[in-house]
Amino acid sequence: MSVKDCILIADHLTYVYGSGTERVVKAVDDVSFMIHPGEMIGLIGHTGSGKSTLIQHLNGLLAPSEGSVYYHGKDIHDNGFDRKTFRSKVGLVFQYPEHQLFEETVHKDVMFGPKNMGLSAKEADLRAYEALKMVGLEDEYFYQSPFDLSGGQKRKVAIAGVLAMRPEVLILDEPTAGLDPKGRDEILGLVKSFKEKQNMSIILVSHSMEDVAEYVDRIMVMDNGKLVYDDVPEKVFAQYKHLEEMGLRAPEMTYITDELRKQVFPSLPVVTTLQEAKEAILGTFLLDSGVSL
Amino acid sequence: MLRDITLGQYYQTESILHRLDPRTKILASFFYMLSLFLFTNVYVYVLALAMLLLMIELSHVPFKFIIRGMKAIVVLLIITAVFNLFLTKGTTFVSFWKFTITEEGLRNAGFMSLRLIFLILGSSIMTLTTSPNQLTDGLERVFGFLKIFKVPVHELAMMMSIALRFIPILVDETDKIMKAQLARCADFESKNIFKKAKSFIPVLVPLFVSAFRRAGDLAMAMEARCYQGGQGRTKMKPLKYKGRDILTYLVFVLYLAGIFVCGILLPKLLPIY
Ligand SMILES: Nc1ncnc2c1ncn2[C@@H]1O[C@H](COP(=O)(O)OP(=O)(O)O)[C@@H](O)[C@H]1O
Ligand SMILES: [Mg+2]
Repeated sequence: MSVKDCILIADHLTYVYGSGTERVVKAVDDVSFMIHPGEMIGLIGHTGSGKSTLIQHLNGLLAPSEGSVYYHGKDIHDNGFDRKTFRSKVGLVFQYPEHQLFEETVHKDVMFGPKNMGLSAKEADLRAYEALKMVGLEDEYFYQSPFDLSGGQKRKVAIAGVLAMRPEVLILDEPTAGLDPKGRDEILGLVKSFKEKQNMSIILVSHSMEDVAEYVDRIMVMDNGKLVYDDVPEKVFAQYKHLEEMGLRAPEMTYITDELRKQVFPSLPVVTTLQEAKEAILGTFLLDSGVSL
Repeated sequence: MLRDITLGQYYQTESILHRLDPRTKILASFFYMLSLFLFTNVYVYVLALAMLLLMIELSHVPFKFIIRGMKAIVVLLIITAVFNLFLTKGTTFVSFWKFTITEEGLRNAGFMSLRLIFLILGSSIMTLTTSPNQLTDGLERVFGFLKIFKVPVHELAMMMSIALRFIPILVDETDKIMKAQLARCADFESKNIFKKAKSFIPVLVPLFVSAFRRAGDLAMAMEARCYQGGQGRTKMKPLKYKGRDILTYLVFVLYLAGIFVCGILLPKLLPIY
């Protein structure tokens, strides 16, 4: 894909916290990449590697110390660039987004974004309803106080609050943090459905490979502020030795098939999910025993 | 922006002032403040300035960092100076339009501003070199005598230490919530004051909710560890005076003596102002 049809370009971004003080931290260090329509990207890195700092540049909440961000070819920090509208186009869901809820009812809270965009009450109402439907919240909760919901439900409402702005790119910072396995699968499943139904580009931030392996078609790995890998999952996971040095782990399936490759099937490809592993092992097994599929 | 307020903050580094007993620092600051109110003449203020500079030097806190704390009181300083300048009666120094500046006004404005600056800087040095925990320990001991009057000194000290502990956390939290609402196109830059006040509701509500949640969690954790107030509570690091504390007290006794000399004797020998 070309530069022309990409939504966002991060061009040599560097961000320094506390410049001019004693505690200077280079949280993002010369990072460049592009985001195309409909892509689903996993942004992975150890805690403190700079993921949260990096994504705050993508919707203009942080201005880079060096480098630029382009949205459809326009520098977002140029004078006259409408950053408020831009923020509705690149929706950012922070970590623990349920901590931002404030309205009397769930529905009103989700309307906050659309109303700030200057939409009519009717349109905002409609969008809130649509967004709440998208996250699969039951109707009975729509007019309750968000503070009465369960943790998982609150998080869905908070995500709906960003979806209601109909962003082109949706960025979720560790959306599964603090959820139980069921809640985790539910949220990740939802995110995947957004991509399929709305053709949004999605960036899923996580410190767990297991979380994203199944869902994304591109992985960016950050370590110590630098973008170390930016490739398809198979290529990235093939480097699992290096990933381990950075305090990360490839998904369990990668390790299992790696052992299998060493001991039994030298031709087994690198896989990342259970489904892929099943197909690859079966395929290789049948091939080895002389049966073609 | 909230991070810029260094007033009352602790600055971690290594210095003799950091190692002093908090009680010493509290009492010494008290004596220093007292000294600023005893006399008003140039000699006294020169001595006070010398003492302040000595303490700043000994504290190893960068001068820039200390000065940053002054930003918070600039407005107060200007108001004090202006009021003193124009509202003091006496011999006219200059006068224009409806305003007259008197010699006394000039003098008052000057000394009042200096007094404020010295007060703030002096107490900043104490808070900058004393960690919140030490500070509350010290205050609890210094005001311990109030227990006779049934003042809950320990509880007040505990509340203060918790409050101090939570300030940076709440500042961080405010920052996060503001960003989260900005990401939903919130606008905090409205010129209209009513709109501006209203725009902070989406920040204040979550902030209060989170503060209460944290308070509840903390109360639970304290209960779980059998906290029950000051009765019979012992300390892991009991406060003990060392040689350097005695020395500090000596220095301050000498300083106060010096203040009296500058305040009473010197003006008689060499009268200026
Ligand atoms: N507000 C801040 N002030 C100073 N340093 C910060 C701030 N936020 C993050 N950092 C530092 O920047 C680095 C990257 O942090 P972050 O972007 O939160 O990483 P991640 O999201 O990958 O855990 C860390 O070293 C962190 O301590
Ligand atoms: Mg983070």
